[in-house]
Amino acid sequence: MRKETILNAALLFGLLAFPLWAWVADEPFLITLTTRAIVFAIAGVGLNFALGFGGLVSLGHAAFFGLGGYVMGVLAFHAQTYTSVMDWPFVISGTKSMPIIWLVTLILSAILAVGIGALSLRTSGVYFIMITLAFAQMLFYFTISWSTYGGEDGLSIYVRNGFPGLNTMDPIQFYAICYVILLMVLAFVFALSRSSFGLALGASRQNEDRIQAVGQVPFRLYLTAFAISGAITGLSGALFADLNRFVSPTMFSWQTSGEIMVFVILGGVGRVFGPVAGAVLFIVLEHTLGGLSEFWHIYLGAILLGVVLFARGGLYGMITGREVAHE
Amino acid sequence: MSDPILDISGISKSFGALKVSNNISLDLRSGEIHALIGPNGAGKSTLIKQIAGGLPPDSGTVYFDGQDITALSTAARARLGMGRTFQISSLAQEYTVLQNAVLGALGNRGDVFRFFRPVMKDPDLLATANEALELVGLEDFKSFVTSELSHGQRRQLEVAVALTLSPKVFLMDEPMAGLGAEGSHRLMGFLGELKQKAPILLVEHDMDAVFTLADRISVLVYGEIIASGSVDEIRGNPIVRTAYLGEEAET
Repeated sequence: MRKETILNAALLFGLLAFPLWAWVADEPFLITLTTRAIVFAIAGVGLNFALGFGGLVSLGHAAFFGLGGYVMGVLAFHAQTYTSVMDWPFVISGTKSMPIIWLVTLILSAILAVGIGALSLRTSGVYFIMITLAFAQMLFYFTISWSTYGGEDGLSIYVRNGFPGLNTMDPIQFYAICYVILLMVLAFVFALSRSSFGLALGASRQNEDRIQAVGQVPFRLYLTAFAISGAITGLSGALFADLNRFVSPTMFSWQTSGEIMVFVILGGVGRVFGPVAGAVLFIVLEHTLGGLSEFWHIYLGAILLGVVLFARGGLYGMITGREVAHE
Repeated sequence: MSDPILDISGISKSFGALKVSNNISLDLRSGEIHALIGPNGAGKSTLIKQIAGGLPPDSGTVYFDGQDITALSTAARARLGMGRTFQISSLAQEYTVLQNAVLGALGNRGDVFRFFRPVMKDPDLLATANEALELVGLEDFKSFVTSELSHGQRRQLEVAVALTLSPKVFLMDEPMAGLGAEGSHRLMGFLGELKQKAPILLVEHDMDAVFTLADRISVLVYGEIIASGSVDEIRGNPIVRTAYLGEEAET
């Protein structure tokens, strides 16, 4: 078996075993901490699809993360205040149902990604980075001034949204939901990476002349990849808001975009499971180093520097070497 | 003679005051190799870009298979059947040889927006890719990552990818560049057979290759075609000798 497959399995097993142990040992905080890692992992897997597979260095994925958060926040806020989101031209009422919130998030994030992508994908390199950043910042400042939904203070949701048949307030049950979603997202991205679309997208990242010479248009490939990527990261935002039962403009901040990118780089750019390892490492560092010093980001910075300078492939590259799929 | 498959008619292109293409007309008929030669800076690459797409001419028309394609994108021209190989090897370097060939077959079939079925298990694409790789003699290198290939092998792979498109014409920009004497020789033999599949517009610096291979030659100097004709006509043409061939004509 390939090293990468073993590592993937070990990672998934660890993410199953650790919370179960925490559950038996009655350590709900550790379950919540692992849930955070899972949710960040989903965000990272989303960004990695654009960044690693499509070569689209987006510094604005907080736009989708935050959008997911606000979809959850707004729908749940209206449900808990018994008001409607809008009355005209048709009535949209709030909801406390997770599946509906996810569906709305996926659709809206994909639409937002198509909008942002349609403009920003006409540029490349540093301009692309700046335009994606600018879009996220626009949403950040918009939500700060959006007083209906708490403005700068954000929105608190008193009871976590519901999922049919489960008690979502129980940490281990909410964890199970997030874990299954992570599995589904990973399976989806894995399938994509081996599909016709994945082959063409990867070729486009490596050489745009080549993909055009075989009759395909890079822009369409990028835009589709960006929409998929945004939808996945948006979904993680909705889960993150539900985890905290709170949403605020911070989810749209450029620091959030940066952190999502850190998961990807720490774990291994372009590896399907890379961001999962990256997010877990990030949470472990945050928890251990964060206990030592308030300024734990300094150590994170040093580690990140080490990864970028000496281990380009991140954790995955370090452990599995420069293994490439040859099937 | 048959109708030309590729017919370039009165193309002009200027960058500021510099006329890089000056009323160029050129055609390509089935079964032939039409070589385009000219000194550095004559505007060969600019002309190829206007034919393959990516650079619109200021005036003039490119007809391909009876259709005006002047306004079409590079991708659209490729889909119509223009198989192009690049001066600087343009392959997906991280992919294997087989993946590059499958990519060509996939691009040609056109259904890239498929998200679930593993592409490297598609029997039709594999068949097309394998056939092309065998034709250029890369069948033993299928699982090699492209960046591990020698310079000559990359050239062969470029041709193989172009073949997977089952093109109606080949546009080859200096395919011999950087190949050793042996490599050039082998490729020449191959191109001589390939022209039966589809005619080749060949941009080439290697004069020996051009005089051996070409059925017709056009000479481009300072953006203008100064002569066009059979190998013997070009060899004996006094304008060409002074303007371009120089020493090579004396040897």
